Amino acid sequence: MATFRRYSPLPGFGLSLGYTIFYLSLIVLIPLSAVGSKTIGMGWEAFWSAVSNPRVVASYQLSFGASLLAAAVNVVFGLVFAWVLVRYRFPGKGLVDALVDLPFALPTAVAGIALSTIYAENGAIGGLFAEHGVEIAYTPKGVVLALVFIGLPFVVRTVQPVLADLEKEVEEAAAGLGASRWQTFVRIILPHVLPALLTGFAMAFARAVGEYGSVIFIAGNVPLVSEITPLMIITKLEQYDYEGATAVASVMLVISFILLLVINALQGWMQNRYSKGA
Amino acid sequence: MSATMVLQPGSLERFETPTAREPLWVKITLITIALGFFAIFLLFPLFSVFSEALRKGWGTYLAALTNRDALAAIRLTLLTAAISVPLNLVFGMSAAWAIAKFEFPGKRVLITLIDLPFSVSPVISGLIYVLMFGAQGWFGSWLAEHDMKIIFAVPGILLATIFVTFPFVARELIPLMEAQGTEEEEAAVVLGASGFQVFWHTTLPNIKWGLLYGVILCNARAMGEFGAVSVVSGHIRGLTNTMPLHVEILYNEYQYAAAFAVASLLALLAIVTLGIKTLVERQGRRQADESNTTENAS
Repeated sequence: MATFRRYSPLPGFGLSLGYTIFYLSLIVLIPLSAVGSKTIGMGWEAFWSAVSNPRVVASYQLSFGASLLAAAVNVVFGLVFAWVLVRYRFPGKGLVDALVDLPFALPTAVAGIALSTIYAENGAIGGLFAEHGVEIAYTPKGVVLALVFIGLPFVVRTVQPVLADLEKEVEEAAAGLGASRWQTFVRIILPHVLPALLTGFAMAFARAVGEYGSVIFIAGNVPLVSEITPLMIITKLEQYDYEGATAVASVMLVISFILLLVINALQGWMQNRYSKGA
Repeated sequence: MSATMVLQPGSLERFETPTAREPLWVKITLITIALGFFAIFLLFPLFSVFSEALRKGWGTYLAALTNRDALAAIRLTLLTAAISVPLNLVFGMSAAWAIAKFEFPGKRVLITLIDLPFSVSPVISGLIYVLMFGAQGWFGSWLAEHDMKIIFAVPGILLATIFVTFPFVARELIPLMEAQGTEEEEAAVVLGASGFQVFWHTTLPNIKWGLLYGVILCNARAMGEFGAVSVVSGHIRGLTNTMPLHVEILYNEYQYAAAFAVASLLALLAIVTLGIKTLVERQGRRQADESNTTENAS
């Protein structure tokens, strides 16, 4: 132990690290490895036929397409939110700041039934669109909408502190050198918050790809049209097709791990960037 | 990620000089966009939960909440949170102590692994326990021989909930305890305090707000989890239905008022969670200000 860690007079290292690794293995690592071992055990053909089934392929397209679109919308509106919360004073600001985290705190099933009621043909907002022949609920549009709801806080909460840390002097210097406000925004502020924006984008995207509860009620779940990938896992489980469910899950897990690594790399970039800048 | 965000006092004034300010119309447009988006996307869905719940009056509302199956769902949800939150609390404190107070190789990997449940789809979080304990799973036949049931029973719901709420306390505490360093604890040890005394009297007072915040987030997710629990529950009314699952069943049976009545309790939980979060952040800021002023004074 003495060579494994740097010396510290504090007690409890062995116990706390031991328990951490034990509990982590028991709850997370061993159960997750079940997906890997079951996938390896099923053989290539069974795996491929499960993950390349047309219904499943259509679900990848919807899940990834809708998640990308939703995360892009979140970047734009998340930046506006963060900007307004950091820079301006307006009535109701405290409420807005507190409720930005609502999608984190509100159980996904509650968000799901609320959104599908509002955006259904006879709903408060869905009705307005239905008059113009646009259906939102029970179409891929509904999926995007639910994912925008779920992803917003990720972008706001990553960009907000970075924007607050930006030194006023830099902006004043730019203005003093004759830059317009728009030039200062594009040349100074945007590059400064770019790592945070990308991190928020990646986090919102990663969450959206796996999201289930808030999407499932508004999606309508029409095969080949509005079925998301997590739903395909549930559908296969309900048909007692454990191999098929595991195969699709393993594809999703690999993508999640890649996204996790990307997010970690982005966060490392952010830390470097902002600790140097300060 | 949001708990540690602390805006400096007076941070607004820094941007109020004329050279670094947008024209008024830009300011008004941006605030309007943000408030419009806020009203449509956040405020209105929250409001609609309560208005739909009360659409058929208080009688229907109360009847939906005092229904036998609804009460069973509420009890199961409370039980799930009461077991999973303390387990993850102990884990979170233990992980934060090891990671924040000591240096050892592999630390970053360990932190990434602790965060893993956040990047896994809730549906997969349920599936992994089906693969272990389901009828065809690793321990399926052994469990059947011993007449024990985990999947489609309460233990499965507990496991799935523990998994999805696993990182909450740890990820609040690790950065907080890292920032506080080890000097105070080391001084306590030199003065003869035991390990438990060091933690109780030195570390805990410094981290209590972050700890509370982590526990509250953990609890909100434990009570509100839907996807993972849905996979392992089996949806047996009165037995393995949690509140979110009960909401789903009622909604799919077109009992909208009842579904939203149960949902309104979960929405209240979310509001209380956000309220406490705001208070905790304010406390954290005050604590930071106080330690700043004492440092400046000395």
